Amino acid sequence: MTFLAEAAGISKCFGGVVAVDSVDLVIDEREVVGLIGANGAGKTTFIRLLLGLLRPSAGTVRLFGAPPSTATRRRVGYVPQSLGMYADLTVGENWRFASAAFGGRCGPMPDGVAVREASLVGSLPLGDKRLVAFAIALAHSPELLILDEPTSGVGPLGRARLWEEIRETTDRGVGVLVTTHNLEEAEQCDRLVIMADGRAVLSGTAAEIVGDHKVIEVRCRNWSKALAVLERSGFAVQLHAEVLRVVGPVSAVAGSLSEGNLDARVEVVTANLEETFVALVGNR
Amino acid sequence: MRWGLEGVSVHFGRKVALDEVTVPVDASGITVVIGGDGAGKSTVLRTLVGLVRPDSGVVSRPPKRATGYLPATAGLYADLTVDENCKFSASAYGLRGADCERRKNELLEQVGLNAASDRLGGQLSGGMQRKAAVVIALLHSPELLVLDEPTTGVDPVSRSELWRLISGVAAQGTSVVLATTYVNEAARANSAVLLEAGKVLAAGSPEAILRSVTGAFGSAVGGSRPTPQSWRRGAGWRIWAPSGVLPEGVTPLQPDFEDAVVVAELVGEAR
Repeated sequence: MTFLAEAAGISKCFGGVVAVDSVDLVIDEREVVGLIGANGAGKTTFIRLLLGLLRPSAGTVRLFGAPPSTATRRRVGYVPQSLGMYADLTVGENWRFASAAFGGRCGPMPDGVAVREASLVGSLPLGDKRLVAFAIALAHSPELLILDEPTSGVGPLGRARLWEEIRETTDRGVGVLVTTHNLEEAEQCDRLVIMADGRAVLSGTAAEIVGDHKVIEVRCRNWSKALAVLERSGFAVQLHAEVLRVVGPVSAVAGSLSEGNLDARVEVVTANLEETFVALVGNR
Repeated sequence: MRWGLEGVSVHFGRKVALDEVTVPVDASGITVVIGGDGAGKSTVLRTLVGLVRPDSGVVSRPPKRATGYLPATAGLYADLTVDENCKFSASAYGLRGADCERRKNELLEQVGLNAASDRLGGQLSGGMQRKAAVVIALLHSPELLVLDEPTTGVDPVSRSELWRLISGVAAQGTSVVLATTYVNEAARANSAVLLEAGKVLAAGSPEAILRSVTGAFGSAVGGSRPTPQSWRRGAGWRIWAPSGVLPEGVTPLQPDFEDAVVVAELVGEAR
């Protein structure tokens, strides 16, 4: 079976620093894979390896069943976080420039882009800029799309609209790799790969990654005192309105609260993706 | 309401930046202003701390020296160390000596930056810079802490550390107001204000905002858009039926806070 992209045991060392450490990852048609990691986890290096911009120190990369090359690059669309457009050129000029770079293979401008053709890219609101960058990346009908933090800075409805565009491309058969450290964005993906210190430490759906990670919810009339007592006992406490979420053994949490003479309701609940991520990579 | 904006309008030239915006800020609690790029979040915060003079409406705030403010673009002085950045800002508030030192170390430790105190501001990652900048805004123990997108571009571990720090100061009685584009940060606030194009689309506790949505909600698997009032969530669709009657084939569900926010934006856009 041929995947759109396949990395098998790839590593990359810069001098003595291992930036990517034996990572396996495949991207299939019609799926959105989220590559999640903190700054410096190795996400960008991994993408550069996948695109063939860097040569791996070990392992193999295959794009559309072949080693990365100019020919395979033509079949990939990429939107960097900086969006990769010229702010002082119009939307139309950016479109034609990108089209020329891909040998004039671009089709007609989609309506959503055409209405902004004469606007300077730099003058557009961020959500529109992202839509235009996305349309440009799709103009040469790539089979694989790589998006870096695609909805960063956009509001909730704008984010839902950008994801509508992304899902329209997967419905047509395109595979998408999203790199992000925004876990709200991560939850939109079909499958996640968590990277830390250059390694892929865990992969699966968001629910699979959360698995049986738990946190303790504490409800207490005097929530501010409860928070102070738990923090003093060394627990990491997060405030959600007036409910505290704490990581730690439930008996120890309950013990600290009763030592502080606090009447509280303590309940073990499933962790969210962010809490799980912090538990997995926070202390590395 | 302890502080905040009441019916505040701000114009920049002919552009209406804020249109009768009310943002109540209660004692000890976290108020989150949520909206996309250009919604007016920064203008709300700048008006609150006194950097923008409103054309109408009332602004209440504590004196300047009891306010901590982190602008959206604030970094640190790149060629000063974290320690020097802290000391410089503290001295502007007349803080020095052992108390200042203790406070600084305590705050830096809470966000995992104590080992970085001798590093130059310019050498820190984006997330570390934001954490250090929040620490600096807190050094003088303000009564009102105003943070403009403290977690944008910050990785989840640092984001969690920042929220833990903010939770701690809110519990100690500081009023915190912060701007964000993330729904999950608004969902955990005591009070949230949804802003778009300078107008408030929804406000109140997250539960109250959720309770105030009307109509029926449902989900459908991928494919083409089921109704005009649908949006993507993961591989599927969310559908809002204002009439309360969902189209056939749609699975009914209980809306969550994110649904409530998207609906408020859809309604705001249609107005």
